[in-house]
Amino acid sequence: MPAAVPRFLGVRSFVDGIDMQAPLAVRARGISKTFADVVALDAVDLDVTEGEVHGLVGPNGAGKTTLLGLLLGLAVADSGTLQILGTRVGRALAVPDGVAGFVDGPGLYPTLTARQNLSALTRLRGQGVAAREVTGALEQVGLGAVADDALRGFSLGMRQRLGLAAALLTRPRLLVLDEPANGLDPAGKNHVHGVIGALAESGTAVVMSSHRMDDLAALCTEVTLLATGRVVFTGTLSKLALESGEVDHKVVTTDRAAAARVAHGIRGLRVLDGEEPPRSRGQSELLVRGGLEAMDELVVRLVAAGLGVRELAPVVSPLESAFLALTGSSAGTSAPDDSEESR
Amino acid sequence: MTATALAAAPQPASDPAAPPRSAPLYETYRFELLKILSLWRIRLLLLACLLGPGVLVAVMGNQSSLPADTVFGRWMGATGWAGSLVVLDAACSYGLPLLTSLVAGDVFAAEDRTGTWRHLVMAVRSPRRIFVAKALASTTVIFLTVLLLAVSSAVGGLAGIGNHPLVGLDGSVIEPAQATRSVLLAWLSVLAPTAAFAALGLLGSVVLGRSPMGLLVPALVASVMALAQLLPLPVAVRLALPTQGLVAWRGLFTDPPQTGPALLGLGVSLLWAATATVTAYRLFLRRDFTDLSYDGSGRRALAAAAPLCGILAVSCLLVGVATPAKGTGIDRPKLEASVATSFAHLYRLQTAELHRTDVTESQLAATAACDKGGNRVEDGGPGADWRCVVSWHLPGASAVGTAIYQLDVTADGRYVADGDGPKEVNGSFTVRTPRGDAPNPLWQIDGLVDLLDPTPKG
Repeated sequence: MPAAVPRFLGVRSFVDGIDMQAPLAVRARGISKTFADVVALDAVDLDVTEGEVHGLVGPNGAGKTTLLGLLLGLAVADSGTLQILGTRVGRALAVPDGVAGFVDGPGLYPTLTARQNLSALTRLRGQGVAAREVTGALEQVGLGAVADDALRGFSLGMRQRLGLAAALLTRPRLLVLDEPANGLDPAGKNHVHGVIGALAESGTAVVMSSHRMDDLAALCTEVTLLATGRVVFTGTLSKLALESGEVDHKVVTTDRAAAARVAHGIRGLRVLDGEEPPRSRGQSELLVRGGLEAMDELVVRLVAAGLGVRELAPVVSPLESAFLALTGSSAGTSAPDDSEESR
Repeated sequence: MTATALAAAPQPASDPAAPPRSAPLYETYRFELLKILSLWRIRLLLLACLLGPGVLVAVMGNQSSLPADTVFGRWMGATGWAGSLVVLDAACSYGLPLLTSLVAGDVFAAEDRTGTWRHLVMAVRSPRRIFVAKALASTTVIFLTVLLLAVSSAVGGLAGIGNHPLVGLDGSVIEPAQATRSVLLAWLSVLAPTAAFAALGLLGSVVLGRSPMGLLVPALVASVMALAQLLPLPVAVRLALPTQGLVAWRGLFTDPPQTGPALLGLGVSLLWAATATVTAYRLFLRRDFTDLSYDGSGRRALAAAAPLCGILAVSCLLVGVATPAKGTGIDRPKLEASVATSFAHLYRLQTAELHRTDVTESQLAATAACDKGGNRVEDGGPGADWRCVVSWHLPGASAVGTAIYQLDVTADGRYVADGDGPKEVNGSFTVRTPRGDAPNPLWQIDGLVDLLDPTPKG
């Protein structure tokens, strides 16, 4: 008689403040998916523990949407194994109960009202949610006043919030979200962050993609960075920041020319501007590139030279720098964006 | 309820080893029905089907000028049942295929347009159930429109004209009770070909996705088949098309009823419906729902066309082997028998209108001698160049009465015989009765040749 299969396969250790012994909501090993001659995912591994908010990030065509689609049961991997909430996902286009979310927008029906959309969804899930729960969910996401309006008049942000309400009504144990803050104003974004955080605290695993590093930094405990279908990084945000390597910094001093001379003398530091800064920047700004140690040295020397240091700041955040470094992208051309193709 | 409360609400217990549960089929069907009925164009369509035919039949039946060129049109002023059959004939000509285009032709494509495939697949978790629910929901709405057409036209006719006897397509008088049954059966008989066109609509919607061509598939196919029906095709090919089911109901209004074409039309329509549905189902299950930009248009057209061509060939073969009729199914002996029978029935009707002594069909012993296009043309097939001379006997009179008719015979077996004299029999569209002028039943005769009936011997 074969040994009983463990309910969840929590096998990792306690790393960077994350309880790696917690049960795994998602366990993917060697997942590959090909569309015609395009490799969307290539031997991808992914672990997401319960109560964790896991970010997926990558440039266009990296395979984020495909991976989210696999988690939502929209596609079947060509090879590899995928376990969701302890259940191995086979060839059928379906995932276990307790999985909710959306990719490429919440995909609700424009001819139906907000209430009809949510009620139908709960009935399809066989949940028998009471009408007052639907009303409560709509009010919670700020859509109570338009509950009986057809969706065709809703803005993108309103649809996003309705999509989140739909996911919440299913009481998910794994929530998969594609750009959940897309189209939301700052207040709406904060609200969505609060909801996601509350879900994670209650034990729900959240996998979300976002092109906004500030969203990821605010919510995620771990991120996975994809490029051309492969995982190029997975770990905590603090670990990702260390991958940033040389970062471009803006230095504002009392004497730009003197500061440039000081910077030229520091090993591992490059001055990116010529004699004159571009018109788009202030006349006292200097753009340099180097690691954190070189930046420390620069500050010390500028102060020693009697120059006032008014500002020293990275041009892009360390997370974005890490993204650019790991994906081989340049800052001007390929920050992760919100218009990713469906693959 | 707060977000935290929602998030922390009791979670349904699930067994990790249990297979994922799909949404109940009834709920999926109900959801699909809700989506279809939420479309304004469908609501307007249902409203038009509810009110339009009834008003039309009631108004037209009371006009002095009736649509005599349509089947039963000339009897719209005589009985309310004729109006319902005029509406049925119009629906079968172009209404039902167009209706299936609007409903079934869009049921899959709508998800492509609104980008909701992923949402639906996630919620239902079974593409099979999605397909079944969509097929059932669209068929429900289509059948609902047919029901509304039938009820509206019948109510309008009965309210506007009355529940009177109906003159059949062989001139026989059908009493109101029998007319009720026959009209109901006629409407029911078109459900099968309507289902066939609905299945073609599903197939078009699955194959062509967002393309407007997908929406038009049933209407285009019906138009092509209707054009084919105008041609003098072999009867085996004609009867192998689902459009046959849309005209076969006419045979229910003869005595005895021509049930052969009706049953064959039913079988052929169901075969087409099943083949198109299974093809659409198989193509739908192959679909990749992660790629929103790919709706499958174009690439699957060949995969869809092959089974339909196959079913056409098989249907032709089966009909050719299983039925006795050959060629066009229209020949001189059948036409002569049909015209003579109709004339005898209508002569009795004219006799009653004129308050003359009643005679029976056997006493009249009407015969017809028909010729098509003179000596140089073979006496068979459709055409407007048929000419028949009808002869009959009157009890107690030695002379034989004769009347001439010019016939326009269409390829589906229907004909209109236009009286060409003598004037007192069939040369005028009215007859003078003691109560004034009344329509002359012998002026023009609507008739129907049974394409499947073997040629009478002798």
